[in-house]
Amino acid sequence: MGRKVIPLSGNHAVAYAAKAVDVDVIAAYPITPQTAVVEKLAEFVANGELDAEFIHVESEHSALSAVVGASAAGARVFTATSAQGLLLMYEIMHIASTMRLPVVMSIATRAISAPINIWCDHSDFMAASDTGWVMFMALNAQEAHDLTVAAYRIAEDPEVELPVAVGYDGFWLSHTVEPVEVLDTDEALKYAPKRYRRYVLDPERPITMGPLASPDWYFEFRVQLHEAVEKSREVILRAFDEFGRSFGRTYRPVDGYYTEDATVVLISMGSASGTALAYVEEARRSGVKVGLVNVRQFRPFPEEELYKHVERAGVVAVVDRAINSGSAFVGPLYSDVALTFFKRGFDIPVLDFVVGLGGRAVTRRDFDEITRRSLAYLGKRMRDVKQHYAFIGVRE
Amino acid sequence: MLTEVRWHGRGGQGAVTAAELTAYASIVRGLYALAFPEFGAERRGAPVTAYNRISDRVIYDRSPVERPDIVVILDPSMVNLETVRGLKEGGFIIANTAKKGQELRAILGERYRIAYLNATAIAMEVFRLPIVNTAMVAALVAATKVVDLDAVLEAVRARFSARLASLNEQVIRRAYELTEVM
Repeated sequence: MGRKVIPLSGNHAVAYAAKAVDVDVIAAYPITPQTAVVEKLAEFVANGELDAEFIHVESEHSALSAVVGASAAGARVFTATSAQGLLLMYEIMHIASTMRLPVVMSIATRAISAPINIWCDHSDFMAASDTGWVMFMALNAQEAHDLTVAAYRIAEDPEVELPVAVGYDGFWLSHTVEPVEVLDTDEALKYAPKRYRRYVLDPERPITMGPLASPDWYFEFRVQLHEAVEKSREVILRAFDEFGRSFGRTYRPVDGYYTEDATVVLISMGSASGTALAYVEEARRSGVKVGLVNVRQFRPFPEEELYKHVERAGVVAVVDRAINSGSAFVGPLYSDVALTFFKRGFDIPVLDFVVGLGGRAVTRRDFDEITRRSLAYLGKRMRDVKQHYAFIGVRE
Repeated sequence: MLTEVRWHGRGGQGAVTAAELTAYASIVRGLYALAFPEFGAERRGAPVTAYNRISDRVIYDRSPVERPDIVVILDPSMVNLETVRGLKEGGFIIANTAKKGQELRAILGERYRIAYLNATAIAMEVFRLPIVNTAMVAALVAATKVVDLDAVLEAVRARFSARLASLNEQVIRRAYELTEVM
């Protein structure tokens, strides 16, 4: 076991993870804030530290297409993107999932143009939420590393065979240097061994993949995809348990902090959950009964695990880093949380606070404001809430 | 204990690298540390801010440092009270400046501790370029002992090619000696 803690940026933590699982094919197209991931991988390949095909493509559409092809031929593949790059991949994301290809991709989350903005929010990540991919969001660089390794075990599980995306906040994580315990190739491959896949493109045993499906078959393909995504729930739990046994860090689809007796529960994703936790610990010292749920697994959405942490709360405050304008829900995380409660007949005020778009900082002060505004609804029901959403830290 | 550092410079002076080297040195000493930039587009000459949080415990807060314990100023034109806004009472200002002693005290007032170094002069002599980041990391270490000099040198050797690391080591050793603490 040659594990050591080294200073790494979030981007490099992801590159080290792809190296640890010994990927066969990497497709690279640069976009801020992701670029350092594929730069580092290029260096590994050039140095001979990683034996992989490194494909320079002409766009993100091609990047994902290239790894779809390589994955169909049985290779272990990796690519990375952000923002407009992810949007350009959107068409191929659906193809990767319905063709049931275990592609792994990292997303350094970034705002979407216009206006052009290279900084963090979750607009890109959320835009991919209906593509049939398993989707994780990391809390720090260690998680970006660990979840990328775990992603291969989950993606390639014969009961799943789905693409997996690992999100981590652009700049707030991608460009922050912090301590990361890096897994070495031997132990990562023991945890996530390359599996024999029965259906791959092979000239000796020709098959057709991704053909036309007429109305008498298309529907079944989509339902099979749906079933695979549902099936992934238990595979993810097993993969996380095994990760904990192997490496001592046990992840769950959600984390709850101080939720047992919390009056207000904040629900957040990504690096803002770290700042929220710092706030909650501070607020607890001054007697404010606030708790936090960090959502690590966004697809499939972990309703049961989330609900356990909030069923005793008086008010729930969802913290969104994206807007779906014109929708009934406004914040995309809010839609899943609100439906989780609705389906269980749980009627407390569920509020949505949109924060941090386009790289605006999210501070402990913001979480204090969110908590105080939420406390005003204590004892009320959802129907008493005139407007369920607010923007925090924006000019009037 | 948590120490929060804010770095101010201009694009090209290396403020972001300075913060990263400081975090690197802290992490190799077993501390938990973050280094992150204030994320402006990268342009030479534009004001750049970077941050460190250094602690013996895991750090969760990812927001920009608003109440630093230490402010390091890489650009002599930025040595003023506006730059150090939010600095804790009794906190440290570490300035790259040709000014000395009471002249600096007159600009920065009585509320803070001050350390200063003519880092530009050292950098011009060794690199023939005004890249003052490693000199100012040395000044930070000399003034505050937030991490030790050997750890900084280890970070420099990990970060730069052998030739650049050796030039930076010269700069760092000289800067460490010449830093004046008031």
